[in-house]
Amino acid sequence: MNDLSRIPTLQIQDDFKTRAHKALGDDQLRRNFRTAMDSLMTKRATAFSDADERERLRALGNRVRARALSKLPELLERLETNLTRNGVTVHWAETVDEANAIVLSIIRAHEARQVIKGKSMVSEEMEMNHVLAAQGIECLESDMGEYIVQLDHEKPSHIIMPAIHKNAGQVASLFHDKLGVEYTKDVDQLIQIGRRTLRQKFFEADIGVSGVNFAVAETGTLLLVENEGNGRMSTTVPPVHIAVTGIEKVVENLRDVVPLLSLLTRSALGQPITTYVNMISGPRKAHELDGPEEVHLVLLDNGRSQAFADGELRQTLNCIRCGACMNHCPVYTRVGGHTYGEVYPGPIGKIITPHMVGLDKVPDHPSASSLCGACGEVCPVKIPIPSILRRLREENIKAPDDPHPIMRGQGSKYSPRERLLWKGWRLLNTSPALYRTFSFFATRLRGLTPSNIGPWTQNHSAPKPAARSLHELAREHLGETQGDRP
Amino acid sequence: MSELFYNAAPNATRVAPPLPEPRRYPTQKPAQVYLFGTCVIDLFFPSAGLDAIRLLQREGIRVSFPQGQSCCGQPAYTSGYTEEAREVARAQLKLFAEDWPLVVPSGSCAGMIRHHYPELFKDEPETLAQVQALAERTYELAEFLLHVCRVELHDRGPAVKVALHTSCSARREMDTHLHGRALLAQLSQVERVEHDHESECCGFGGTFSVRMPDISGAMVLDKTRALKGSGAHQVVSADCGCLMNINGALEKQNEALRGQHLASFLWQRTGGVS
Repeated sequence: MNDLSRIPTLQIQDDFKTRAHKALGDDQLRRNFRTAMDSLMTKRATAFSDADERERLRALGNRVRARALSKLPELLERLETNLTRNGVTVHWAETVDEANAIVLSIIRAHEARQVIKGKSMVSEEMEMNHVLAAQGIECLESDMGEYIVQLDHEKPSHIIMPAIHKNAGQVASLFHDKLGVEYTKDVDQLIQIGRRTLRQKFFEADIGVSGVNFAVAETGTLLLVENEGNGRMSTTVPPVHIAVTGIEKVVENLRDVVPLLSLLTRSALGQPITTYVNMISGPRKAHELDGPEEVHLVLLDNGRSQAFADGELRQTLNCIRCGACMNHCPVYTRVGGHTYGEVYPGPIGKIITPHMVGLDKVPDHPSASSLCGACGEVCPVKIPIPSILRRLREENIKAPDDPHPIMRGQGSKYSPRERLLWKGWRLLNTSPALYRTFSFFATRLRGLTPSNIGPWTQNHSAPKPAARSLHELAREHLGETQGDRP
Repeated sequence: MSELFYNAAPNATRVAPPLPEPRRYPTQKPAQVYLFGTCVIDLFFPSAGLDAIRLLQREGIRVSFPQGQSCCGQPAYTSGYTEEAREVARAQLKLFAEDWPLVVPSGSCAGMIRHHYPELFKDEPETLAQVQALAERTYELAEFLLHVCRVELHDRGPAVKVALHTSCSARREMDTHLHGRALLAQLSQVERVEHDHESECCGFGGTFSVRMPDISGAMVLDKTRALKGSGAHQVVSADCGCLMNINGALEKQNEALRGQHLASFLWQRTGGVS
């Protein structure tokens, strides 16, 4: 037993199922999620009150995204050309390490000490706060939800509402403990406390970091939506703005943004439009009074081109990050975002994370779904999430020596034993004589059904076969000819 | 800026496409249909299959039940064992060669045949044509009774409150919830009551229920609570996978409430003897 890989690691002990088990036992957490998700579902339903309009818009959104992806390399080049023309410096990063190195080099070039950040899931992929902190650079989240989770040394539990796992009382205690303010559960007051703390930081920061919702190739425009104004502050007040985004966020032109923006804001929070829609087209010009002196864009791959390479999996990159799939997911609602253990939780997390970290690092992701289809039904760009989950299950059981691997870490659930079971199942269901014999014994020996059938009887009483199968009843009822006995 | 906006090249993907056409149904009842009984009904709810046959026969339709049938292949398909699913599907294909409608008393199995068989055989052009023709004439039972038979049900039972649970794939792939509601609405003494989070999954999901028993268990617990809280005297569903899940959980909880297959419920309410 000298082989170190055989020793169970922390990761194995704290896997998806263990975290799910813990979350399911946390009544407060489950109430917080259920209440929040119910409210979000209602808001979305209200925002899309006309079902025909909604379905036509979703179909359009799907087409716009599919077209953008169909010419992704070309659009990225056009984006770079037009951004450069606008005075934005474009950087390319294949991995998160490369992306962090780029950000660090910009920070060092300006001898920056403080960074203020608008909400960005790509910066979460990069673990930017952590990386910068290790270099002695303060990186403060300015989105209220992100600020709350940062204050509590947590990670976001939702891509749109990072602190949705906490209720007002929990935020009140956190602010009281960490900021030393008087305890109040009044949401407006809590927000005021947060805003006052952050306000000063916008002016002190040397660099502002943001994400991007849509990168428009034709005009070289970075579009950023938000509701708190922190995105605008982060991208206009500090002298340097660094935007980080995934390579799939590019769209062809401004007209494409119109349906996508409407789909995004209505699907996410049920809003007709967000309070702020920022369109960033370069640094401050000579005659302009405000805006950053320098704007950088870091385009991150981080496994996206692996998804891009496969026609079916490519649809994963349609995502516009609205979070509707998690709001409507019966699994996410019950286990919460942290159970997924990675940056992107919920249905979209289950299909995108394997490309970022390798399927073997998230082996339970594809199977943690009843394939109920709620996610696919609400996805504003019609990503067939259940079909992709099924496809990932297929990749996940492939033999390790598969000559044409599709994705990193595939085959992590390969089990010769399970494969043999399904071969047996196939034999049973393709041989009528065998099936008939099996059902004869299953019905006649029904009294012998064990009362403990592994995980099934954890939640159910043991199922007992009927006394006679439908095959027998139909044969008797319809007669031999109608019953079409072979 | 506006000039740029409006001079953008015309493109086929600028306009929202028309909505897909709703399914068209034959104007006349067929003389004969196939019944695909499904594996779960075969072993665990055979009377539901028999009641489906009786309902069809009462409409003057001859029913053929090929004895070689087994499973639609869905368990392997959703588990990622695509090849095994395809071979089981292929074995069923041969049994339904005549041009008769295929009626399935399960929305999720009907959806498997109608929507996923063409996907399974997409690389076999010759089989694909046969599969597409089969998919075209595959109906879930409630859908067939409602839209092809255009049944008129006459309620003969006492006043009762029922809750309708619809399998998720049946709901999303086959609109089975709408068909079930329409059929129940024909029964004068039956009051259909809504239950909390009605459209939410019961937690079955085939092998999901044994791979993720904690999450699945939490889901079925919420579902059974909602059903009990609805005031329904009984539960009706057109899918036996969900019924096995819901009934098994109710039994484990020592609850009296049970779910019944829609076919059996309709047959018994309208004077049929099971």
